[in-house]
This record gives sequence, C-alpha cells and structure tokens, in this order.
Amino acid sequence: MELLQNLLGLDAGLTVWTVLKIVAIVAPMMIAVAYLTLAERKVIGWIQLRIGPNRVGPAGLLQPLADGVKLLMKEIILPSASNKSLFLIGPVLSIMPALVAWAVVPFTDHLVLANVDASLLFVMAITSMGVYGVIVAGWASNSKYAFIGAMRSAAQIVSYEIAMGCALVGVLMVSSSLNLVAIVQQQAHGIAGGSLFSWNWLPLFPMFIVYLISGVAETNRAPFDVAEGESEIVAGFHVEYSGMAFAVFFLAEYANMILIAAMTSIMFLGGWLSPFPASWGFLGASGFGWLAAKMAFVLYCFLWFRATFPRYRYDQIMRLGWKVFIPVTLVWLIVLGAWMMSPLTLWH
Amino acid sequence: MNWADLNLLPASTELFMLTAILLILLVDMCLSDAKRGITYGLTLLTLAICAVVQVSTYTPYPVYAFSNMFVADPMGGMVKLAMYATTFAVLVYSRQYMTERGIFSGEYLALSLFALLGMNIMVSATHFLSLYIGLELLSLSLYALIALQRDSVQATEAAMKYFVLGALASGLLLYGISMVYGATGTLFLADVAKAIAGGSANHVLLVFGLVFIVSGLAFKLGAVPFHMWVPDVYQGSSTALAMMIGAAPKLAAFVFVLRILVQGLGALVADWQGMLVILAVLSMAIGNITAIAQTNIKRMLAYSTISHMGFLLLGLIAGTPEGYSAAMFYTIVYVLMSLVGFGILLAVSRAGFECEKLEDLRGLNQRNSWYAFLMLLAMFSMAGIPPLVGFYAKLAVIKSVVDIGLVWLAVVSVVMSLIGAFYYLRVVKYMYFDDKQDNSPIVVRADMKLVLSVNAVALLVLGMLPERLLMLCVEAMKQSLNAL
Amino acid sequence: MNFETVVFYVLSAILVLAGLRVITAKNPVHAALFLVLAFFTSAGLWLLMQAEFLAITLVLVYVGAVMVLFLFVVMMLDVNFEQLREGFWRNLPMAGTVALIMVGEMALILMSPEAKLGSYHAAAPLAADASNVKELGRQLYTTYLLPFELASVVLLVGMVAAIALTMRKRKDNKTVNPGLQVKVRRNDRVRIVKMDAEKPAKPETGDAAEQQA
Repeated sequence: MELLQNLLGLDAGLTVWTVLKIVAIVAPMMIAVAYLTLAERKVIGWIQLRIGPNRVGPAGLLQPLADGVKLLMKEIILPSASNKSLFLIGPVLSIMPALVAWAVVPFTDHLVLANVDASLLFVMAITSMGVYGVIVAGWASNSKYAFIGAMRSAAQIVSYEIAMGCALVGVLMVSSSLNLVAIVQQQAHGIAGGSLFSWNWLPLFPMFIVYLISGVAETNRAPFDVAEGESEIVAGFHVEYSGMAFAVFFLAEYANMILIAAMTSIMFLGGWLSPFPASWGFLGASGFGWLAAKMAFVLYCFLWFRATFPRYRYDQIMRLGWKVFIPVTLVWLIVLGAWMMSPLTLWH
Repeated sequence: MNWADLNLLPASTELFMLTAILLILLVDMCLSDAKRGITYGLTLLTLAICAVVQVSTYTPYPVYAFSNMFVADPMGGMVKLAMYATTFAVLVYSRQYMTERGIFSGEYLALSLFALLGMNIMVSATHFLSLYIGLELLSLSLYALIALQRDSVQATEAAMKYFVLGALASGLLLYGISMVYGATGTLFLADVAKAIAGGSANHVLLVFGLVFIVSGLAFKLGAVPFHMWVPDVYQGSSTALAMMIGAAPKLAAFVFVLRILVQGLGALVADWQGMLVILAVLSMAIGNITAIAQTNIKRMLAYSTISHMGFLLLGLIAGTPEGYSAAMFYTIVYVLMSLVGFGILLAVSRAGFECEKLEDLRGLNQRNSWYAFLMLLAMFSMAGIPPLVGFYAKLAVIKSVVDIGLVWLAVVSVVMSLIGAFYYLRVVKYMYFDDKQDNSPIVVRADMKLVLSVNAVALLVLGMLPERLLMLCVEAMKQSLNAL
Repeated sequence: MNFETVVFYVLSAILVLAGLRVITAKNPVHAALFLVLAFFTSAGLWLLMQAEFLAITLVLVYVGAVMVLFLFVVMMLDVNFEQLREGFWRNLPMAGTVALIMVGEMALILMSPEAKLGSYHAAAPLAADASNVKELGRQLYTTYLLPFELASVVLLVGMVAAIALTMRKRKDNKTVNPGLQVKVRRNDRVRIVKMDAEKPAKPETGDAAEQQA
C-alpha cells in the first residue's frame, strides 16, 4: 500500500489499493461459484450412483468454463411486453448484494476488507436487499409464472429473514458484539478452552439448526425452491431470462450460498479457529484453511439436502418458518438470557 | 443507572396493567366464543385492581420513575381513577350491544385496555417522547377498535378517516415538538420550561413550534377548525365505540394538553392564550349552532362534544391554577354526562336496530320512564340547567375567565350555552311529549342497569354537592403544579 | 470543498430526485422502487453523520422488509391508477399555491436573522473507537427505557389489531395438520393382502359349484 501511495499520491493510492483488495476477493469468489456448480453436479451424481459431468477436460474440470462460454454466446431475449429497464436491472439487483456483503466478511483475524463495527448488521441489511432482484425480475417479465415465482420467493425470504435474525440475536448475546471478528474471537474462549465444543454451535444448538435451515430457505435452495418449482411454475421468476441475464441469476444464487456458508462458519462453527488444541502443530493453528474447510462442509450440506429431500409444499414452508422456527428461537433466547445470568454461565 | 434510579413503584399500576393485558390475551386465545364472559370478567377485575393499586400508591406530591420519564402526581392519580371508572362503565354498557353485533371479542377487551394503558402514559409522561408514544398507543388502539366491525362499510370508513386525520395531527404535533427541541435542546418538559424561563431559547423557533403543537392538540381534542373528523367518526363507528372515544380519551387529552402547554411551555402563556381563545370561541359557536341542524343523534352528540371542548379550553385560557382545576372538573363532569347519553342509546338499541335518529327516542317515557328520566338528567346537565352538575362545571370555567378580565369571552360562552340548550331540550321533548312509535320492550342486563343508574344519579348528587369534587380537583392541581 | 461535502451533495441530489420521482412516477411500482432508492440514499447520509447503526437499521427494516411488502401489495392490487390521478391537474394550482405559501412562510421564519440558526453547530466528531451500537443500547435501556418498552407495546397493538382485522375462520378450509400427516403409520393406510403369485387354472364347473357352497 505504501508503495502505491508513494507512486500515486495519498488519496489515489488508497483508492487503487482498496480496488485491488476488492478484486482479490471477488475474483476467487467467481471461480468458487463456477466450481461450486460443478461440485453440485458431481456430488449429486455420486449420491444418485451416476458419474456426473466428465467430458470437458480431465474429470470434467473444465465444464464450468464451457457452461460460461455457452451462456455468453446465447442471445438475451427481451419479452416484448416486458418493462425493459426493470427487466435488465433485475439480475443486477440480485447479484450486487451477494457480492457487496463480502466487504465486511473476515477471513482471519486481520484479513478483512472493512472491519466495521456493526459488520453483522451490515451483512443482514445487504442480504435482505437480494429479494428485490427476484421481485423486480418477476414483475418486469410480465409473465404469470414469473410473477407467481417472484411472489412466492419474496414472501419466503421475508419470513425466513425473521427467524434468521432471531437466531443471530443469540449469537450477539453471547459475544456482546456486532463485529464478525469479535464474534469469532469470543468463540476461542469458554469452558471447553477454545476447542470444537466451545464454539457457538453447541450452546446455541437450536439457533444453529434454525440458522442453517433458514439459510437454505433464504437462498431459495431445495427443498425450499418453490420459487422455481419446475413441476408447477416452470422456472419461477427467471423463466423469461436467457443467456447471460440468466447466468447472472445463477451466479447470484451460488454466491449467496457461499456467503451463507461463510456466515454459518463464522457465527456458529468458530470461523478460522482450529478444532484441535494449539499444541498440535499446524493442525492446531487457526487460519483461513479452517474457514474454507468449514464453508466447504456447510456447502456440502446444501448439496446433500438437495439430493435427499423432496420439495416442501408452499404452505408447509410458511408454517415451518412462522410457527416452528420463530417460536423456537424466541424461547431459546429467553433460556439463553436466563442461562447467561445464572451462575452456570459459560460466558464472562 | 441502577435499580434505585429506575424506581418502578410509582408506575406499578401501569406495570400491573400491562402484565394483565398480556395474560388476558393468552387466556382469551384458549376460549371459545361462548366463554367470552371469562375474558370480560378478567378485564373488569383488572380495572378494579388497577384502581386499588392506584389508590394505595397515592402520594400527595409528585414522584418520578423511569429516569424521570414518568411522574405520579395527585392530578394524574385522580384522572387515572376517573379513567378506570369510565372504561369500566364503557365495557359494562357495551357488552350487550357488542354481543348482539357479534363483535364482542377478546380483542375488543384487550384493545380497550391497551388504549387505557396509552392514556395512563399520556397522563403520567414528563417527556415529549413518552407523551407522544402514549398518544400513539391510544390512537392505534382506537383505530383498530373502530375497524373491528369490519362488515360495516361505515365503520371501516370512520376508522380510515380517523386514522388519516389522526396521523396528520400526529405529524403536526411532532413537527412542533421538533421545533421546540431545536430551540431548547431537550425533550424533558421540566427542562424545556427551564430553558424558556432562562431566556436561552430561541423565541421565534419556539413560537413557530407552538403553532404546530397547538394545531395538533386541537386536532386531538376536536376543537374548531380542526373538528371535521369528530362528527364523521362518531356517526360511522358503532355507538359503543363512539361512547369510548368520547369518554376516557378526553380526560387523557386534557391532562396531555395541560402537561405540554402549562408544564412545558408555561412561559409562553401569552402566546398560546390567544390561539386558545380563537379555538374556544369557534368551537362553542360552530359546535352548538351546527348541532341544532342534526337529525342523527350521534352526530348531534358529536357537535355537542365539540362545543364542550370549547368550554374546557376556557379553563385553560385563564392560565391560573383555579382555571386549570375548573377545566379538570369540567372534563370529569363532561365524561360522566356523555356516558349517560350514549348509555341510553345503547340500551334502546337492540339486535338489528340502531338507535341513531332523534325520532328513535320518541315516546321513550311511555316505553320506559326510568331510562327516559336518566336521559333527561344527562340532557339537562349538558345544557347546564341548575340543580345538575353540568351547571357548576360551566359556572366554574366561566368564572375563571371572568377572573382574568375576559368578560366578553364569558358573555359569548353564556350565549352559546343558551343556544345549546335548545337542542338538548328538543331531545327531552321527543321523549316526553311525543307518542311512542316503537313498541318493542327495552331489555337491559342488570349490571348495566345498575351502573347506568348510579352514573346518571351521580349527575344529580354531584349537582347538589359539587364542592367535594371541586375541592379535590383544586387540591390535586395545586399539589401537582406547585412542585414544578 | 472536501470529499465528504461532495458525497453529501451527491447523495442529497439523488435523494431529492428520488423523492420527486416517488410522487411523479406514473407507474406505482416505479414509485415504490424510487422510494427504496430514497431510503438507501438517506441511509448513506446518516453514515456520513457517523450514525452507522441507524443507517444500517434503516436499510434492514425499511428496504429489506417494509418496502418488500409494500411492493407486494402494489403489484398484487388491481388499482386503477389513472383514475386516482384524474384530478391531478385540476387540483394542482390550488395545492401548489398552498405548498408554495407554506414553504415561503417557513423560509421566512427560519431564514430570518432572528431565528439565529447559525448558532447551531455540528456535533463534535466521535472518537475513533466510540461504539455507536453500545452507546445506543445503553441509552435505550437506561434513560429511554420507558419509551422503548412502550414502543414494543405499540408494536404488539399493531399485531393484535392486524390479526383481529384480518383473521377469518373459513368454513371451506381443507388444510390438514402436518403433525397428523407425519404421524400416519403404514398400517392406517395400506393393508397387505397375501395372494398367490399366479391364479390357479380355471376350475371345472363341478368344483365351482362346490366352492360357492
């Protein structure tokens, strides 16, 4: 950074340095998204005793590139009765929050683009905007299926956001901070001495489960993917999109999955902390590798769910969100509050 | 901050009430429609316990709670007791009426209590923020209560009008409060008063804010020229709700106005006195004259309310402790009278029939002479005819403006109350000198009959012996205002 | 003019334009989306004032939840907006005059030298490690405990009212309790019948008579 500032002056140097950091986060993200699609097809293939894509490149490793090239070459069709400007803004509105939220996500104690005070709130606020992409796309397409899909997904996302928020309140209570770095650091202390069992997933187990499942619902993934239920409304809100416009929605969905995986790991699975005692040499050292491993685990769960469960009926999704998750989190908040105030508390 | 600063004891009634409301909501959830009587009983019990707690925590001087955001003083305590009694009477009167119309639900009772909680906060707040939130708690509950009768287009329309105009009034009030905050840098009423008295506040900004605050308050009171919602809302909402809007909320609104104008902006008395004079004269004139032209009795009572608000303002205009206690006396008496008036309308109404037109009261004496007599008491009292308490209330407020030398204002108000007597007496003429056209019997639950009779006879008894209540008002006002 | 001033003016310009478009846009969905933009830019303005908690909460609550439901309603309702706008030009002169007079009056009062608005200064900048959230929390749960708790009561009233006004018990409702659905055992629904894998050859007439007997 100092080199750049010497070269370009104080302000410009800082700006260029920040842009470089952004690129350093977004570029690997995009690659991760591309390979997540491949991983999904492979994993689901193996679960179903198939092989999965294996034609392009060694073991199908170039498949995402081929997909990308294909989508780039396809024509973007604008439906004649659509609302042109909103139709094109839709995909942008949907990918933008998925990328912006990464600005505050920490990768280790110091490796974070912007270590702001209320980073957790920031992530929640930004991800809550993702729903606009879906609604705007569904409405601007001027098509019944797209509209139904948009309405379904909007109601679903708004409902599950409440459960998610309530689950996070528990995390806030035990870590008494809205800062993601502080939340991870807090998990290093505790009665089990910073090992696997002092992370938030164990004392906040109901919250963890609620958060994980709400995360699946928030990203409109199976078994909660009624927004694009093929069997009834074709492809939901993006039925009218083709080519790159469709690809952007696709990217946004997977970027959101990775984000939720990162948030789950940071909030409940100890972030970059190692599950082993510090005396175990490099296995005991915390670092980005552990965060990546935890994210990979959560992402695997996403794929696993998709391969295992049949799609929920719409009213059942709503019931699960409102009548099961919200009461569970509310009750656990009260239990947690009493626990923290009692002599049995794990948190000081 | 520790628990001693919080000092929850003065607010124990409100805390109890909130807990009770939550319990009632939970209990009601498990009850079928046939067992709604249990919720009703619990609600009345809550009111009774609140009154007991209120009396037992009475202090002869103001006590502060919640980091000085809440005050329990004799004036507040007295008004709160009156509000519990009023709400009790409203619920007793309306039970049969609401049951017959299928809207006697747990939400009706719970929302009534929520409204009461909001009024309690309005009465006890010492900070613009808690004053405003108390007001919103009351207003929101009332909007919802009116709209509860959702199959009635009129009621929905009334709720909508009330909501839109209420929101506008809140906006005016808040805008004014923001100006006062800008000028004084605080929202605590006592600190605002200190800042103004100290001369550090910006006078132009203050008066600018004052105009908006007075407009907002006039909206809430229903004083002319901000009165247009009153007749529409009274007519559109069910009679029980019209009674509820016209009863306890007026008590709360009176203390609300007193807290803001006297305790907060008392140093600006010269500025708001003039504004209140305009409001009072217009309210008395337009309220009384328009009421004559009404054929709908609910509308007529609405205009009568407007004119009563004009009289109430007379007491505030005086700007003296005597004037304030006269206004307090007037408000309590007005609420008692309007409860009887609406109570009779509820008694005469039955399933499928609304007593709304003046003609519906025709020959009431032949149908049931006791209810006709009660209504007569209410009408005479509203008109200000001597042995009844309404006379003393009018006398007290008029005396307070004469004392500060506004004789012309006193003359105007006397003339207006003479005009008003015409339409009150017209009701009496319909009841006693016309033949009945409706032969259906008047069936009323025993508890309602008892409470209604006590309520109406109180008008007469208080009329004979007004000194006791008047003294209580004077004492309470003196204790509460001295402490500032 | 430093960088913050530039950002302030840019955001304010966007905010004012978005606000204007909210009331002038022909299409209600566009109007709602401009309102979202207005909320977003005002959150930006708050960030400039170092009120990051308020700014983020504004986005979270208004943009993330309230406006979504608002858009929902605007998209679903079949309101004839042409009809709503009918009197626009007819009423504009009157309404415009009133608005102009009000703006003029406020300007006269607030800009007069007697109003001394110049004596109001910007707040002192916060220390770098001052936590907005902690301070707000401390204030809300100590000094402002009463209004804070009352606000929650107001929300509860809203909830009770919304349920009371909209919930109807429908008689033609065919929902089943998912709990009961899950509890269903195989034996409740299916009866396994033992059968031979293939039917015996068609019996002769005499045997058939015997079997019937």
